[in-house]
Amino acid sequence: MAKVKHESDWYPLESGESVLDALLRQGVSIPNACRAGACQSCLMRAVAGTVPEAAQVGLKDTLRAQGYFLACACRPPEGTQLEVTGAEALRIPARIQALSLLSTSVLRVRLVTDSPLAYHAGQYISLVREDGLARSYSLASLPHEDALELHVRLQPGGAMSGWLAHDAQPGDRLQVQGPAGSCFYVPGRPEQPLLLAGTGTGLAPLYGIVRDALAAGHTGPIWLFHGARTPEGLYLTSELRALAEQHPQFLYRPGVLEGGSRDVAEGALDVLIRAECPKPLGWRAWLCGDGPLVLSLRKKLFLAGLSLKDLHTDAFLPSVPSGQRTSDAGAR
Amino acid sequence: MSVTAEKSVYEQLGGEPAMAAAVEVFYRKVLADDHISHFFEDVDMERQAAKQKAFLTMVTGGPVHYSGKDMRAGHAPLVKRGLNDSHFDAVAGHLKATLEELGVAAPLVAKVMTIAESARADVLGR
Ligand SMILES: Cc1cc2nc3c(=O)[nH]c(=O)nc-3n(C[C@H](O)[C@H](O)[C@H](O)COP(=O)(O)OP(=O)(O)OC[C@H]3O[C@@H](n4cnc5c(N)ncnc54)[C@H](O)[C@@H]3O)c2cc1C
Ligand code: HEM
Repeated sequence: MAKVKHESDWYPLESGESVLDALLRQGVSIPNACRAGACQSCLMRAVAGTVPEAAQVGLKDTLRAQGYFLACACRPPEGTQLEVTGAEALRIPARIQALSLLSTSVLRVRLVTDSPLAYHAGQYISLVREDGLARSYSLASLPHEDALELHVRLQPGGAMSGWLAHDAQPGDRLQVQGPAGSCFYVPGRPEQPLLLAGTGTGLAPLYGIVRDALAAGHTGPIWLFHGARTPEGLYLTSELRALAEQHPQFLYRPGVLEGGSRDVAEGALDVLIRAECPKPLGWRAWLCGDGPLVLSLRKKLFLAGLSLKDLHTDAFLPSVPSGQRTSDAGAR
Repeated sequence: MSVTAEKSVYEQLGGEPAMAAAVEVFYRKVLADDHISHFFEDVDMERQAAKQKAFLTMVTGGPVHYSGKDMRAGHAPLVKRGLNDSHFDAVAGHLKATLEELGVAAPLVAKVMTIAESARADVLGR
């Protein structure tokens, strides 16, 4: 049996159980959401013992070196012991500066942190409410702007999105943990064609990345495909059209599954992409939003010749309710 | 490992960096082949690519060691899902095509194919 120590108490782990599941099962409250190693909400730090390698996949080297790990992916071998603490030290207090609707289903949240957060546009943060509720959101803002900008889709019955839409007020305080993720622009090859594609609020990181690339003087074509079920699901369309007028290398392509028009193409995102970018060899791509769609696009682009190292993805995995155990195979 | 002075195909190919390039070519072929792609559809493409790399390193005589028992155990779940000679032949075909596409000389390709063939019984659990 493996054991984990948290705030002076020892907790036994069942065989193959993750640290997150074991602590939640025994009544310890730990922030968590996707339980698949993607959202990083359940970040914790080991103060003694050895962390299995799999629990640090995707973490920055600086975090690894300090013993940080993902509790949902941490399954200590039988007979070992681990002493852990929360990741409170990494959280930055912040306050809500403004809340406004970008469309009927998307809320723009602007946050100001008490101390500066170093990040790249397109990375994501974990938003932690005072009671410990944690969810990840991607950064649509640029670091030099005065507030962090998030685009939050209103999820029916959603704990965090519902609270932000109905209860939260400017001035309310929260904590921000992160940033994380590799979805961002890296300067250096200004002529390389870029392909950005996402559905729904998958636009948030892409909006940040496009503006970052343009600000860095990117000269090669920058394709942005934004997909939604219906035209109501698209947002920031006039801002993006204006950006495309200012920057001829930026090509904005909104698409919908039904209800297309002169300005909005109709069809599945991968079909629209293939029609305009049939040979993306040597390109760099970012894919964000709905999980299954991101994974299937990624595979299609890989088969079309894009290299895995040039394919950056953030799948917006939903939260998994407590009580439901994280699967052993895991998404990673 | 035998103590011959002869360089492995792996070394002759250019070692680790060459494997990284070969993996993408090989994995793309495998995923595009409907006859076998379902065995390789891991949602985590990086993880799957790492396994393909282990495969290529092994059949080119590089620094990984899997025993016949490991090969049996590793592929046993696939055998349960119907893995048979036709799938093996398809993988072998993609391996050969990958090496040829990368410009590997025919005698080296033949060597790799012999190593791959020698794993058939273990992979298919016979
Ligand atoms: C890396 C990462 C980045 C993310 N970035 C963003 C972002 O920029 N903008 C954004 O809006 N969201 C983003 N998300 C998703 C976000 O973290 C939350 O999952 C989402 O906002 C729902 O949280 P909630 O508390 O409102 O709903 P919850 O209370 O978590 O969910 C309510 C119910 O709806 C289900 N549910 C939630 N989402 C979905 C879904 N997509 N499909 C099907 N069922 C669902 C839940 O399982 C639950 O039953 C991201 C997620 C990850 C992992
Ligand atoms: C030439 C004979 C073969 C050899 C030498 C070989 C070798 C290997 C090796 C070394 C691994 C990595 C194991 C690990 O690190 O976990 C592996 C994994 C794998 N092989 Fe093979 N293989 C062969 C044939 C095949 C065939 C014919 C198929 C299916 C059509 C196949 C499907 C797989 C799959 C799906 C995995 C990953 C399993 C997992 O996700 O754990 N292999 N193989």
